[in-house]
Amino acid sequence: MYAWVTALSAWIIPALLAAILAAALVRRVPVYEAFVEGAKDGFGTAVAIIPHVVAMMVAISVFRASGALDLLVALCRPLTDALRVPGEILPLAFLRPLTGSGALSYMVDLFQTHGPDSLIGRMASTIQGSTDTTFYVLAVYFGAVGVTRARYALTVGLLADLAGIAAAIWITNRVFG
Amino acid sequence: MISAIWLGMILVSIVVAAATGRLDAVNRAVFEGAKAGVSICIGLVGILAFWLGMMRIAERAGILRALARLLAPLVRRLFPDVPRDHPAMGYILSNMTANLLGLGNAATPMGIKAMEELQKLNPDPKTATPAMCTLLALNTASLTVVPTTVIALRAQMGSANPVDIVGTTLVATAIGTATAIVLDRWFRRRGK
Repeated sequence: MYAWVTALSAWIIPALLAAILAAALVRRVPVYEAFVEGAKDGFGTAVAIIPHVVAMMVAISVFRASGALDLLVALCRPLTDALRVPGEILPLAFLRPLTGSGALSYMVDLFQTHGPDSLIGRMASTIQGSTDTTFYVLAVYFGAVGVTRARYALTVGLLADLAGIAAAIWITNRVFG
Repeated sequence: MISAIWLGMILVSIVVAAATGRLDAVNRAVFEGAKAGVSICIGLVGILAFWLGMMRIAERAGILRALARLLAPLVRRLFPDVPRDHPAMGYILSNMTANLLGLGNAATPMGIKAMEELQKLNPDPKTATPAMCTLLALNTASLTVVPTTVIALRAQMGSANPVDIVGTTLVATAIGTATAIVLDRWFRRRGK
């Protein structure tokens, strides 16, 4: 199964590229010109999201460095203890919507301390795989088109993260607990 | 909402830092965060340019339109206010497919293109439309079938069976995505 999954992920992008180029060949699209024309937008888009991403990264970086994140974890501890959520998993649950790289490094930290095949290791893996970095996704996607009033999008994103994390904790407890 | 959370995070951080004597850490964090923000964006330039180039080829070859037509019945339900043959549909589908396959890097440029097309339908360019909120909700819930990065890390860290979390991930991601869709519907109907 592992070999199958790695083979799939190795093949998927080359296969996608081949399919796009084959279709272009059939339709007689001037591929090089079309590619360059589309790729030109890459730089502008990346630059356009800088202010949004910088704003988010500074807030998140300050939030972690000041100890506010630790405080938030400590405040939630009684509630999560009552729900029998392992305390080690809690920082990950808070980091996940905020920072992709931060959550990933915390997961590696949990792997190192508890082992990837421990209950906590599997729980962390499931949380990591089943949610996304909501603040980053919002900054990038809305930043790219200049939308500043996100309406209910952030609320929905964060509540979906909460549901995903709760579901991840529940299902790993059930399957591996 | 973002304004309030952003402001809240920074103000709370300053208060906590002042109370625990970590103001120097905050000073460093401001510079580090700003620097990280720029390097993330600049790091995106190459992959964005590459996929936007490929997407233009796909668009000209008619792949996006074909894809949109094929899966229209499903996506039309999620995005009722996007016209049937609008180019946004094709980009939304490419974005969803890339997410399903766990191709995070390829999903972002397609999602951005989808947002740009949705922006063309937006009467007020500063405010997100319901369709934009739905697309964002789908992306933050991150419906993934193969969590490639997690599997790779588990293998590297000596897991006996790195893929044994695929099943639990699938269940959790399905619940998260279903929640996102239901909440999105609910807020949309409330017309907020």
